[in-house]
Amino acid sequence: MSGYPLLAVEDLTMHYQTRAGEVCAVDGVSLSLERGQSLGLVGESGCGKSSLALALLRLQPENAQILRGKVLLDGVDLVSLSEEEMRKYRWNRIAMVFQSAMNALDPVYRVGDQIIEALEQHSNAARQDMVERVGELYKLVNLSPNFIQRYPHEYSGGMKQRAIIAMALACEPDLIIADEPTTALDVIVQDHILREFGNIRKELNMSMLYISHDMAVIAEVSDVVAVMYAGKIVEYGTAEEVFNKPIHPYTRALMSAFPSVTGEKHELATLGGEPPNPLDLPTGCHFHPRCPFATEVCAEQEPPTVRRGDHWADCWNPPED
Amino acid sequence: MAVDVAPQEAAPSIRKVRLTLAMRSLRENWSLFLGTRIGVIGLVIIIFYLVLALAHPILMNTVWEERVYDPVVGYAFDETRQPAPPSWNHLLGTDPLGRDVLSQLMHSARTEFLLGLLAAVVTVTIGTTVGAVAAYYGGIIDTILMRFADLMVMMPGISILIVLSALIGVEHFELALIIGILSGFGGASILLKSQALSVVVKPYIEAARAAGGGPLHIIFIHIVPNLLPLSFLYMMFTVTGAIFSEAILSFLGLLDVRMSWGLMIHTTEAAGYLLQVGAYWWLIFPASLSITLLCTSFYLVGRAMDEIVNPRLRRL
Amino acid sequence: MAAAAQPTSPNEDRPLLQVEGLRKHFPAGSSRFRRNERFIHAVDDVNFTLGRGESLGLVGESGCGKTTTGKMLVRLIDPSDGHVIFDDGTGEPTDIATLRGRPLKEFRKHAQMIFQDPYESMNPRRTIFDTIAEPLQVQDIGTLVDRLDRVMEMLALVGLTPPRTFLFRYPHELSGGQRQRVAIARALIVEPSFVVADEPTSMLDVSVRTGVMQLMADLADGLGIGYLYITHDLAVARYMCSRIAVMYLGKIVEIGDTEEILRSPQHPYTQALLSAVPVPDPTVAREPVKIKGGVTTLINPPAQCRFYPRCPIADDYCETNDHPPLEHKGQEQEVACYKA
Repeated sequence: MSGYPLLAVEDLTMHYQTRAGEVCAVDGVSLSLERGQSLGLVGESGCGKSSLALALLRLQPENAQILRGKVLLDGVDLVSLSEEEMRKYRWNRIAMVFQSAMNALDPVYRVGDQIIEALEQHSNAARQDMVERVGELYKLVNLSPNFIQRYPHEYSGGMKQRAIIAMALACEPDLIIADEPTTALDVIVQDHILREFGNIRKELNMSMLYISHDMAVIAEVSDVVAVMYAGKIVEYGTAEEVFNKPIHPYTRALMSAFPSVTGEKHELATLGGEPPNPLDLPTGCHFHPRCPFATEVCAEQEPPTVRRGDHWADCWNPPED
Repeated sequence: MAVDVAPQEAAPSIRKVRLTLAMRSLRENWSLFLGTRIGVIGLVIIIFYLVLALAHPILMNTVWEERVYDPVVGYAFDETRQPAPPSWNHLLGTDPLGRDVLSQLMHSARTEFLLGLLAAVVTVTIGTTVGAVAAYYGGIIDTILMRFADLMVMMPGISILIVLSALIGVEHFELALIIGILSGFGGASILLKSQALSVVVKPYIEAARAAGGGPLHIIFIHIVPNLLPLSFLYMMFTVTGAIFSEAILSFLGLLDVRMSWGLMIHTTEAAGYLLQVGAYWWLIFPASLSITLLCTSFYLVGRAMDEIVNPRLRRL
Repeated sequence: MAAAAQPTSPNEDRPLLQVEGLRKHFPAGSSRFRRNERFIHAVDDVNFTLGRGESLGLVGESGCGKTTTGKMLVRLIDPSDGHVIFDDGTGEPTDIATLRGRPLKEFRKHAQMIFQDPYESMNPRRTIFDTIAEPLQVQDIGTLVDRLDRVMEMLALVGLTPPRTFLFRYPHELSGGQRQRVAIARALIVEPSFVVADEPTSMLDVSVRTGVMQLMADLADGLGIGYLYITHDLAVARYMCSRIAVMYLGKIVEIGDTEEILRSPQHPYTQALLSAVPVPDPTVAREPVKIKGGVTTLINPPAQCRFYPRCPIADDYCETNDHPPLEHKGQEQEVACYKA
């Protein structure tokens, strides 16, 4: 095994060109993910978390541009690869499950055939082997093999998402990127899928980048948590540290704004203001207009990084340790 | 957003604000339109023909002698042989009956515009209303309107026009009405209904119902305004279709019109010059080129509007 | 306002809404020529009451009929059967399930709805002023100037200040949270006595969600409005509602005081639903959800308990008997289960 982490993102920056102006969707993001580890990326809509996922796979839309930075998978910089070479990495090494993937199943083909067709593009195995492989995958994601020969409309939402996960696992990737895979699902189905993700990850020793806006889901699936706001990672650390001793005021606000069904009914804190306009980001710390602890310096200069062991956050006024 | 009103003078100023907002969105769409090359090309051609059409009555009242230049009954006494090739007096020559081709061309431009726009307005008014009504009510009303639309689409329009012109004599105005009604109840209502269906299911329609809004309110305040972009688009294509149908019918000599581009070609054909394009180009080219250009220009403007209405087609 | 202002009305003890045997059966695979005998039982014999100024949470998974129920209460969907007795203390109690024409339009002043999707529930071509003033416009209340004043008042009330800067903007110029505030303003401008809120915060980001929740709770208290709060999220229901009703496939399986149900859920479905909610604490490992796969079809479903095919504690009695009725299992708690 090499001495590299499985995935290392260094100073990744991606801009969108829109008619209204240039948007910095991903702003100098650095991350690293060890083999078998799961990283939870939490943030609100428009914070750039999905853009980051697309950039990692080099699937960003045409009007987006990776300005600088590296995405190292086992030490190989994906940003500098040709499209041809990149295609070998996608799906074989990095697989993805998107929220909308459920609707990506073609309604006129049997689901099993769609998985086989996808497999054919990445391997030269005999068709019979592939059929068997689909059977194995269905078992892995807890789908009845009877459904292999059925059409997408016969699947429920949860089953479709499982089929998509099966498809993503087909080539035994090292890393799976899951972008809000359970957001459209009911809680009980979500619970099943989250558990399956956990089991499969353990079984295949796979790494996972799990993207969600839901703090509770992130808490359940991640070893390491990164909090994103306005294109930047503002806090990073192990799940326990981030949830028990959050540093950044934004993380703290998210936590106290989250209603819970268990324990005492605590007062919900309200974070004022509106999410930032990506075309017109606030100066200094992007969070300062909504921050209850903001001082003058926050509006003027970018915040320094506060480190507590491996746990860090960008903030001028961090709480006492 | 510097739109502000003071409560005491609210009523007139709400109207003023609405006007401001309408102007603003018009300006925005205009700048988008200018960004599309095909739209600008189309518009330039349309303006060119508009100038021709408007200039004709002015010329007739000033420099052009009616006896010579009248597009229908004029005669070029100054030419010895008809048709005469272009000269200083007759920039595009004269036709086999000794009439000035340029004058005919300009005179026809006006009727083509009136025909096309009238047909388009009739089409879109009918199509939008029928589409919105069918989508809103659904059920039996929808079925009746849509089967009727199918019937209209299946109608062989040209043949009907031939029969009608034989029976009652069809002029431009009737032609525009017939084309407008046929395509309004036919293709336009089918297309606009399918668009209206995607509007009807929006929660804001339910919100309007929950507020107590009746069918008229919902159809004309909520559905129709959301159909307008597509209606406008359809209008452009109808103009093209109407001008084209007119040209065909006139060429076949089936329309009871005094002068049109199609009739100009018909005259040429009747006099036996149609196959001698090389020698008598001025008899064919001005009219046929005008039909092509004007049809194309409306089509181009329609395509440009399509790009504005469907942002997905827009290049970023 | 109107409802809260009359505490000494003779009908004081009547609830605002009394829902009895409410049903909605949609025809399955309709055909114009053949009489249809297959029906989707979307809402099947639902009974509950909603007191004046009370907030009731209707909780369940997608497809359980909670939205259909809500829409029947504001008559966006016509019930197939059942009664909804509405009495806000200002007039005669009326059964709104069968209202038509003018009385229905009149009733719409008293009942409003807030929709889930803040991006789709507003006509993109109408300004905020037109959107909020719509109920006044269609009900023909006040002059244009009066409406303008009312809209400004409402904008201030829902926290969109200064109001005049919002009046003539278009929905797309507002953020999701701001739009949902506009939707609230539109619903409350006619001073309704009850509002059906269909997952009003589920599409909002966490950081703005609590603000909207707070606003709705405050307004409900302040104006004495009864809420039916539809949500799939028990945690949100906990903060918004004093009572909750849990729905499963068209039936209410458990109803009662919110805290009581969360503390000791009786119905196996409620228990499963509760145990499936993720906990925002990485050190807590939740118990696995005890529920089997399997789905009951809603097309002419069997008479047995709807939850039977997935129930972890069902036995032969459940299989052979009809769907259980709601029975008291605590002070304020009613449960529809033979085994609870």
